[in-house]
Amino acid sequence: MTDAAIETRDLAKTYGRTVALEALTMRVERGEVFGFLGPNGAGKTTAVKLLLGLARPSGGSGTVLGAPLGDRAVRGRVGYLPELFRYQPWLRAREVLTLHCELAGLPAAVRRGEIDSALATVGLAERADSFVGTFSKGMQQRLGLGVALLGSPELVVLDEPTSALDPVGRTEVRSIVRAVADRGATVFLNSHLLGEVERICDRVAIVDRGRVVASGRPSELGGERGVRVVVHGLANAGSIASSFGGVAADGDGLRIACRRSAIPDLVAALVSAGGRVDTVEPLRSSLEERFLEIVAADGR
Amino acid sequence: MTTIVRLTLVEAARRRLLWVLLALTVISVGVTTWGVSRLVDVATSNGAGLNPLELALGVSQVLILAAFMFSFVLAMTGAFLAAPAIAGDLESGVALALFARPIRRAEVVLGRWLGLAIVVGAYAIAAGLLEVAAVGAVTGYRPPDPVGAAIQLAGVGIVLMTIVLTLSTRLPAIGAGAIAVVAFGLSWMLGVLGGIGQVFGVSALEAAATVGRILLPTDLLWRGTVFALEPPSLILGTRIGGPLVAANPFVALRPMSLPELAWVVGWLGIVLAIGVISLDRREI
Repeated sequence: MTDAAIETRDLAKTYGRTVALEALTMRVERGEVFGFLGPNGAGKTTAVKLLLGLARPSGGSGTVLGAPLGDRAVRGRVGYLPELFRYQPWLRAREVLTLHCELAGLPAAVRRGEIDSALATVGLAERADSFVGTFSKGMQQRLGLGVALLGSPELVVLDEPTSALDPVGRTEVRSIVRAVADRGATVFLNSHLLGEVERICDRVAIVDRGRVVASGRPSELGGERGVRVVVHGLANAGSIASSFGGVAADGDGLRIACRRSAIPDLVAALVSAGGRVDTVEPLRSSLEERFLEIVAADGR
Repeated sequence: MTTIVRLTLVEAARRRLLWVLLALTVISVGVTTWGVSRLVDVATSNGAGLNPLELALGVSQVLILAAFMFSFVLAMTGAFLAAPAIAGDLESGVALALFARPIRRAEVVLGRWLGLAIVVGAYAIAAGLLEVAAVGAVTGYRPPDPVGAAIQLAGVGIVLMTIVLTLSTRLPAIGAGAIAVVAFGLSWMLGVLGGIGQVFGVSALEAAATVGRILLPTDLLWRGTVFALEPPSLILGTRIGGPLVAANPFVALRPMSLPELAWVVGWLGIVLAIGVISLDRREI
């Protein structure tokens, strides 16, 4: 038994000669919003399917909410929005939610409240009695999110939850994810939208070729990229700054590749040489830049 | 499992296929009844009249012919309803959210099967009894066992539906349906060839027919349906006629035997079990 929401050790999956997942080792703590990132074909959706018992691992092991992978009972405590979200087009939105309440084993007494709450959360209350077949892709994805939230699951697995949503919808999903985390549940978020992940995830793992190649808090993964300064009244500012790191022109200022701890000394040197420092802007890599670097370093 | 059964029944009702079939069935019952009444009118119009034996022989053969055509409709109905029931969900992605719930895949297969069996069975029995009642109303002919005939005819549809459902756990919907319908046609043809083999003493043909009936027992159910629709006088006459009548697929000399009935039930159980294991082992 483990306290982690999700824990895998050398989890592997092959389809014939194709290696979908090589050796996935990761740990997702309870109550955190965990971002699972990777390029196309990295094995993200395969990993999700293994976690939910939709496919069987070829090697390795893992647990979800303390139970071994594939455990049927534990699925009652997990909500899931698949990347390929499709629901019976001949059912009404409310009926889809009722179906999933029944399949999840929710007591009859709480179903109506759960359904109304899910419909309101995902903004479909007014379309509750419409057939799913009349829904746009975005509305179907909202419905899928509602399905995943039914019964306040301990773990919510969201596979590309905003792929069909407009910017307003994406913002709403971020609020929903935070609300889920605030009630103590774990969110496992598989997404290509790195800006989105950076904003809402407590920790992220970058997976490539079926292995975790980097993990940590988004701020840790981002990394320092020096400082940008704008100096007036100093002709040799570049030469002074070059003793702290590589210098490059950046608009009306300079970009200096130095450590963050060196910034006060850099500013002091520029001021003591007679310069008027107008702007000091520490630079960080965005998660997206870091992601591209890591994946490139992995040989893509 | 009751959730899946209910889901299947709602799907059948909302997809409208069943309502279209019911409408077509009512029309075809009307047409065949009108046709039978016209045939009786023509046969009696010259003043010669028909004795009850002639009437029973003639009308029963028309009824059996209608049942034969209806068996194909049922086979198609079973195939078209069952083909997308599981394969459609797997192909579209509906199964992803469904199978991630704490539900046994066996419940999905058995729930789908039970729901479809109710639909196919109810449709076959209702349509079959309606045809018998309508023809009886205009001709006065009552087959010896109309309920037995309707149940065995329903069995044809359920057997086809079962094999399609099992195949659809691995094959695309269209492939599963097509294979089963072709197998149904072959099985019927083997039954006819077996009869011919019996007449001419070709044991290989008889053996092939037996194998066909074991692999897909629709021909057993068809022969049982025919027997239930025939007047006793016809059965007596054809028995006297000996093996020559065995070649006629619209005549049956005996009802389905108990071992044959047991095999139909056993076959359903075996094929369903294969479907359950197949879906259980399938990766989504």
